[in-house]
Amino acid sequence: MKRLSWFNVTSLSLGFAFLYLPMLVLIFYSFNASKLVTVWAGFSTKWYGTLFQNEAFLDAAWVTIKVAVISSTFATILGTMAAYVLVRGGRFMGRTLFSGMIYAPLVMPEVITGLSLLLLFIGIGLDRGVLTIVLAHTTFAMCYVSVVVSSRLVTFDRSLEEAALDLGSTPWEAFRLVTLPIIAPAVISGWLLAFTLSLDDLVIASFTSGPSATTLPIKIFSAVRLGVSPEINALSTIMILIVTVGVVTASLVTKRNAVRAQKDAQAAERAG
Amino acid sequence: MSQTVFAPWDDPNEKPLIRFQNVTKRFGDFVAIDDLTLDIFAQEFFALLGPSGCGKTTMMRMLAGFETVTEGRIELAGKDIGPVPPNERAVNMMFQSYALFPHLSVWENIAFGLKRDRKSKAEIDARVDEMLKLVRLEKFARRKPHQISGGQRQRVALARSLAKAPKLLLLDEPLGALDKKLRQDTQFELMDIQETTGTTFVIVTHDQEEAMTVASRVAVMDEGRIIQVATPAAIYEYPNSVYVADFIGDVNIIQGIATPSGDESYALNWAEGQPPITATSQTKFAEGQKAHLAIRPEKISISSEKPEGAVNLLQGKVLDIAYLGNLSTYHVALPGGQVIKAQTANTRRIARRNITWEDPVWISWTATAGVMLEQ
Repeated sequence: MKRLSWFNVTSLSLGFAFLYLPMLVLIFYSFNASKLVTVWAGFSTKWYGTLFQNEAFLDAAWVTIKVAVISSTFATILGTMAAYVLVRGGRFMGRTLFSGMIYAPLVMPEVITGLSLLLLFIGIGLDRGVLTIVLAHTTFAMCYVSVVVSSRLVTFDRSLEEAALDLGSTPWEAFRLVTLPIIAPAVISGWLLAFTLSLDDLVIASFTSGPSATTLPIKIFSAVRLGVSPEINALSTIMILIVTVGVVTASLVTKRNAVRAQKDAQAAERAG
Repeated sequence: MSQTVFAPWDDPNEKPLIRFQNVTKRFGDFVAIDDLTLDIFAQEFFALLGPSGCGKTTMMRMLAGFETVTEGRIELAGKDIGPVPPNERAVNMMFQSYALFPHLSVWENIAFGLKRDRKSKAEIDARVDEMLKLVRLEKFARRKPHQISGGQRQRVALARSLAKAPKLLLLDEPLGALDKKLRQDTQFELMDIQETTGTTFVIVTHDQEEAMTVASRVAVMDEGRIIQVATPAAIYEYPNSVYVADFIGDVNIIQGIATPSGDESYALNWAEGQPPITATSQTKFAEGQKAHLAIRPEKISISSEKPEGAVNLLQGKVLDIAYLGNLSTYHVALPGGQVIKAQTANTRRIARRNITWEDPVWISWTATAGVMLEQ
């Protein structure tokens, strides 16, 4: 193994410190016995205990997960459909306009998206609650899904679909039995992206949530305005843990698949 | 003659399986197929041959149903197939890229089309096993496409497209991805399979050797038109134009002015101060009409001594020798500067042959060796 020069070591430590020092401080203070966040008074896990007795936080967490699962599922279905039409639909009238409009929400300030959704919901007389948050999250996560899925569809070998049609599939069967299984990894990562976006969205949720439903980010944000409590630190630590486990699992799965594919290819070379 | 030759195209009572009637296909301003009329008969092994962009793949895609006809109609067994979507046509296609479904095993790939027909499990099992046996892949049934070699993939694609016993099988450059040796073996395998199954095959290829080997008839195409349709032997020996003669195999083209010199015999004045060439032709040429004489290199003899009694005899100098092992092609420069290719089979070992670079040689051919063409 090559040894790193002092310059490389310095750059590496500086970079990582910049990225992870704030989080380490947060995790460190979540185990603080003192109620004062910035004063260390010995190790304790009591804040994790009180966290799990805090009804308001648990309710908010439940709403957040419910919203994230439902909205990312809808966003995935709609986003995949949009991507399919835009990549495969050929040159229909207004295609350029449609593809431009699909990606616009990516660069649109969230405040504007949130405000316009709020006006819409008030206009049609929809009470703000879980439903409105789900609708709002579906709207803005859909374009991310369609970006991910359409980039996969562009490289998809069209003759596979033609082969399915040629062998007697209806267009729907060709999509369900051939296209979908092959683009599944992209669809799944689109779903995961939509899920994470929904999980940590604060701006749009605060416009579209009502008194009956509050998501975790809103809860944390409003709690912090009254002062940072060690409970919030504990909650954030748990969220960091969940995200870490998710990311590590996803990358391990991807890597294992890549290694397996490589082994298969080598086996085929030998067989041939 | 008791043995019947397979030649339904010569029988006026025979109904064609496929009929292209004045078919035109345009992509915007580009004319891919230009007013094309063609009959293909049942059990034929028909080759569409031409350079890339000549429209051969478009013809195939129109047969499969992936492209619509702009004008004219295509009939399959007497019925217009224009309004029939690809999944309802009794036509299957083997794709150039094979288009095997990567997430399905070899067995499932072959069973795919049968399952779409809602056949019973026992029927599907029996048919897939039969197909695996036909292409000798029984041992690989459980493998995924990326776990087998290129030649095996090609055979899976063939088995998959044959599994539904189509009336017509389309093969789009089926052997393009294989190396030369494997390609030659597979050509014979394709012919065997075509004969056993009795399916009509239409193959698209740009490889003239492949078309000549496998096909019962070859259509030579250029710029959306069919230039000539004939058996491989007829295409090679009696091309109808300089384009076909030049596209199929190697050829010498000598341009000149024809003068009738007897029954179906002509004298071709081709160069100042050179004796005219004698050639026969069934096509009539008028006195003073421009003509091209196409002669295959293997029909020209080359010798270092002047041969006796040759009808057409020219002297030249050896410019180049292409040694191919079994054959040698000599490029002979005539005094006028024209280069004529002459080919001989190397029936003797190299040390015994006496012609080498810069040697003065005699080349000769008979009156019937070449074909006279108008254009």
